[in-house]
Amino acid sequence: MKKTLLVAALFSAIGAISANAAEFSAVQADKSSISFVSKQMGVAVNGKFPKFTTQLAFDPAKPEATKVNISVDLAAIDAGSKDANDEVVGKPWFNVRMFPTATFTSTSTKAVGGGKYEITGTMNIKGKALPVVAPFTFKADGNTGTFDGTFALKRNDFAIGEGSWSDVSMVANEVQVSFRVVANASASATPAAAPATSKTPAKTK
Amino acid sequence: MSTAPTRYTGTAKVLHWLIALMILTAFGVGFYMTGLKFSPEKLKLYNWHKWAGVTIFMLVVLRVLWRLTHKPPPLPDTMPTIQKFAAHFGHGLLYFFMIAIPLSGWLMSSAKGFQTVWFGVLPLPDLLEKSEDLGKTLELVHRWLNYTMIATVAGHAAAALKHHLIDRDDILRRMLPGKNA
Repeated sequence: MKKTLLVAALFSAIGAISANAAEFSAVQADKSSISFVSKQMGVAVNGKFPKFTTQLAFDPAKPEATKVNISVDLAAIDAGSKDANDEVVGKPWFNVRMFPTATFTSTSTKAVGGGKYEITGTMNIKGKALPVVAPFTFKADGNTGTFDGTFALKRNDFAIGEGSWSDVSMVANEVQVSFRVVANASASATPAAAPATSKTPAKTK
Repeated sequence: MSTAPTRYTGTAKVLHWLIALMILTAFGVGFYMTGLKFSPEKLKLYNWHKWAGVTIFMLVVLRVLWRLTHKPPPLPDTMPTIQKFAAHFGHGLLYFFMIAIPLSGWLMSSAKGFQTVWFGVLPLPDLLEKSEDLGKTLELVHRWLNYTMIATVAGHAAAALKHHLIDRDDILRRMLPGKNA
């Protein structure tokens, strides 16, 4: 009896350790991306936010304890063309002089099965904070975890594109935002991360 | 009795004048819109221009098919060979522009990362990957094809008027509305 208890305790301890070890928090910024698709008169235009920082704590064994903080540098936006880039940083759109960053702060996360999750949080853009729900998938490959998700934002909810631009027959209200975050498990990050990064071929100039 | 036609068919006339009107409109809009500052109006005009281009291209395909299956009236025997050659060459050039200009516009849009969606409903495939350099090159190609086309159109119209007013032959009249003589 005592032995079984001991073994059980041992296993749960191991379990706790391995759960700890699987907390993904060392975000690989160069492998992470945020992109979006806006529609102009039925034409899908791809854009991206190349500059953002992510703070993350995700444990697939305890998804409800997930903490995510994403901060996007809006001035770096690529809205699909030079004309558009010059336009969307301006006052009617993101007004980056007043509101240089957009942030997302998670409030709750739940697993919905099959490697799928749903994260709820607050999106703060242009001084407006609104709740958003984003489904995402999580795949772990050894020490590296990849999060992929897509959700829709209504740009007019955040007053992105004011005045004559608010006309949704020109630029659709709904904008599909896709994100990919790649993070290493932090507990074993120190020994494992070094060879992992050195494996990526050095960029030739 | 089957003799060579003296006038173009009704279909050929309709296609000629409809396409002429649409080309001149699309050319004018295209010339105007590129100078506009980024605005909803500019986006709207770009899309209208692209829709017009696709429509013109489809009409041109019909027109080419019609032309290949319906012999046009021959040029009058009074015309010197060099003029006949110039007329055929000019018409060939105009057909080339009618095909090359919409295609170059479509490819330019693809290269610039803006798909062409006909009337906002029917998406045309993007044949090219997005590339800034290629986009700029195709913009130049589209622009200069248009400038040379409009010069050719001016020559075409001048020649038709010369036939009508100076030579006083039937060249212009056979493309105008009216019954076959």
